[in-house]
Amino acid sequence: MTTIAADGHLDDHAHDADHKPAFFQRWFMSTNHKDIGTLYLIFAIVAGIIGGAISGLMRLELAEPGIQYLQAWASMHQGSAASMDQAYHLWNVLITAHGLIMVFFMVMPAMIGGFGNWFVPLMIGAPDMAFPRMNNISFWLLVPAFLLLLGSTFVPGGTGLGAGTGWTVYAPLSTSGSIGPAMDMAILSLHLAGASSILGAINFITTIFNMRAPGMTLHKMPLFVWSVLVTAFLLLLALPVLAAAITMLLTDRNFGTTFFDAAGGGDPVLYQHLFWFFGHPEVYIMILPGFGMVSQIVSTFARKPVFGYLGMAYAMVAIGVVGFVVWAHHMFTTGMSVNVKMYFTAATMVIAVPTGIKIFSWIATMWGGSMTFKTPMVWALGFIFMFTVGGVTGVVLANGGVDDNLHDTYYVVAHFHYVLSLGAVFSIFAGFYYWFPKMSGRHYSELLGQLHFWIFFIGVNILFFPQHFLGQQGMPRRYADYPEQFAYWNQISSLGYAVMLVGVVIFFVNIGWSLVAGRKAEGNYWGEGATTLEWTLSSPPPFHQFETLPQIK
Amino acid sequence: MDATQTSLSEKNRRSAIAAGMLVLGMLGLGYASVPLYEIFCRVTGYGGTTQRVGEVQAATIKTTSTAMSVRFDSNVNSALPWTFRPEQAVDKVSVGARDMAIYIAKNESSEPVVGTATFNVTPVQAGKYFNKVQCFCFTEQSLKPGQTMRMPVLYYVDPAILDDPETKDIKEITLSYTFYRSKDGKAVDPAISGS
Repeated sequence: MTTIAADGHLDDHAHDADHKPAFFQRWFMSTNHKDIGTLYLIFAIVAGIIGGAISGLMRLELAEPGIQYLQAWASMHQGSAASMDQAYHLWNVLITAHGLIMVFFMVMPAMIGGFGNWFVPLMIGAPDMAFPRMNNISFWLLVPAFLLLLGSTFVPGGTGLGAGTGWTVYAPLSTSGSIGPAMDMAILSLHLAGASSILGAINFITTIFNMRAPGMTLHKMPLFVWSVLVTAFLLLLALPVLAAAITMLLTDRNFGTTFFDAAGGGDPVLYQHLFWFFGHPEVYIMILPGFGMVSQIVSTFARKPVFGYLGMAYAMVAIGVVGFVVWAHHMFTTGMSVNVKMYFTAATMVIAVPTGIKIFSWIATMWGGSMTFKTPMVWALGFIFMFTVGGVTGVVLANGGVDDNLHDTYYVVAHFHYVLSLGAVFSIFAGFYYWFPKMSGRHYSELLGQLHFWIFFIGVNILFFPQHFLGQQGMPRRYADYPEQFAYWNQISSLGYAVMLVGVVIFFVNIGWSLVAGRKAEGNYWGEGATTLEWTLSSPPPFHQFETLPQIK
Repeated sequence: MDATQTSLSEKNRRSAIAAGMLVLGMLGLGYASVPLYEIFCRVTGYGGTTQRVGEVQAATIKTTSTAMSVRFDSNVNSALPWTFRPEQAVDKVSVGARDMAIYIAKNESSEPVVGTATFNVTPVQAGKYFNKVQCFCFTEQSLKPGQTMRMPVLYYVDPAILDDPETKDIKEITLSYTFYRSKDGKAVDPAISGS
C-alpha cells in the first residue's frame, strides 16, 4: 500500500476502489486479501474433492469383508501385478493421504486462508492484511506442498509406491520402515504447508493487533476475528515443534542422526511426544475458526447479540491454552504411570468446561431470539449437534483406563470425524452459505442449500455413527480388511458415504447454478441480525475497501 | 496520512518480528526437547530407564528380607552378526542386595564388529529403583571374529521400591538389553545412550 501511494503514476488507483488488475496479475500475483481468500477457497474445494474421493475408495473396499478392489487398484497404480503386501501398502498410502489432505489442504486453507483472509480485514475495518505480499507467498507455498504430497504417491516408499505411515508419520515406520523418496517428499510437503501457515499466522496477528478501525477495541471485535487470533497463536506455538520433529525425521532418514533410533541412543516415543505437542493444538486450530463462524451465524439468525460475548472470547483463549498441556492423551498406551495418566485424563476433561460454555452460550443466544432457519443457520445448528456428540465421545476417550480399550479402534475414528468431518466441515459449509453471496455477489438456491444440508446430515450420521459400535466391538482402525462379525455396520457405514456423496453433488450444482443464474445479492442480505462491518459494504465488496476507516462507537 | 502510514508499517514490522521470534523460540524448544527428554527419563526413570549409582552410594544401601526375581532378556538387532544371551535367565535376589548377572556375547562373523547396547526394565515404573553399579551399557563393545565375551552387570534393587504405592506390588523385574551394530563403528555418545 505504501509503495503504491508513493508512486505518482498509480495515484489514480485510490480514486477507483473497484479497479481490478489483469487476469494473470490479479490471480497469480495477487496481494488483495479477498482474491487470496478466494484462491484459498478454490484450493480447499479441489483438495476436498481429492481427499473425499480417497475416503470413497476406502469405504468401497470396506463395504464388505475380504479384499475386493485393493489389489486391483494397487496393480493399476504401479503398472504391474501387485503383491498382497503392496496392496496393503496402498491402503496405508490412502489413509495417510486422506488424513494429511483433509487436515492441511482442506480444513485449514478453507477456514483460515479462505474465510480468515476474506473476512478478518472486513470485520475489523481494515483496507487489507498487514503484509499483502507475504499473504501471496503463504498461498503459493501451499500449492507446491500439495503437489509434493500428491507426487509422493507415485514414487517408491518402501513396500510399494507412496508414503504409508498415517498422518502422524510415527518413527520408526517413517524412518527405517519407509525406504525411498516418497516419505521425504511427504515430509517436505509438511514443511512447506507449515511454513505457509506460520507466515499466514504472523500476518493475521499483525493485522488484528495493529489495523483495527478506530474505536474497535479487542473487546469489541467480532468473535470470528477472536477465533482467528487465537488460532494464529496456536499455529505460531505448535507448528515450529512439528517442523523440528519432522526435520529430525529427515536427518534420521538421510543424514545418519539417531533422534528416534534406539540403535544410536534415540527414542521413537520422543517423536510421539513432539508430534502430539503439535497435533493436539492442531485439532483446535481446525475447529476454533468454526466456533467463530457459528457464533456470527447464530447471532445473525437469532437477531440477538451473542450471549456472553466475553465468556465466548475467553473460552476460546482457554481452549487454546489448555490445549497445549493435554497432548499425551493420544499416547495413553505407550506405557505411562498411573499418575501421568491421571493428570492427562483430568486436564483433558477440563477442556469440556470452556467448550461447554460455548455450547450453552450458543443455545442462550438462540433462546428468546427471533429465529429464521435459513441454510447457514441449519448448518450452524447441525454443527452444534454434531460437535456435542463428538465432544461427549471425547470425554469418554479422555479416560486413560477406557482409552486402553478403545485406543486405535473405530470408536476413535467416529469421535474425531464427529468433531472434524462433521464439526469443522459443517461450520465451513455454514460459513460458505452465510458469506457466499457476499463473496460472489449472487444468491445461492435456498432449496438446494436446504436439500444439501439434510442429505449431507443424514449421510454423515449413517456413515459415522455405526463406527462407534464397530469400535466398541473392537474393530481396529487403519486396516483394509476385517472379520465377518463387523460386516453389518461396515456395510451401513459405506451406504452412508453414498448418501453423503449425493449431498456433495447438490452442493456443487448449487454453486454452479448460483454463479450462472443466481439472483444479485444486495449489501446486507441477512437484514438487521447481521451487524458486523462486512455487511456495510456492497456484495461483492469493492476491490479496495475502507479507504476512509469506519468509526466504531 | 504519511506519518500514520509510517507508524503503522513500523508497528507492523515490530509485531511481525515479535511473532517471528516466538516461532524461532518454539523451533528451538522443539530441538531442546531432545536433551530435556533424556534428562527427564534419567531423573524419573520414565520408560523403564535404569539408574546409575557410584560405589559410595551403593555401599549405604541396606539389604532387606523381601525377595524379588529379576529376569534377564537379550535381543540382537538383525544387522549385528552376534549371538547374545544371559548366562542365567532369572535370579532370585533380596531387595537391596547386590547381585551380579553375566551376559555372554559372541561374534559369529568373520570380521571385527562393534556393537552398542540399549536397555530398560519392565515394569517401567521400576526404572527409578533399578540401580546399576557397574555394567557394559554405556560403552561400545568390539568383538574380533569368533570372539566370546562375558559382560557383567552389577546391580541392586533400591528398597524404596517397597514404599512406593506404584511399585510395591512388583514381584518380578525384567532387565532387557538389545545390541545394535554401532553406527559407522563409532561410539555412541555416553550421555544419550541411557534412554
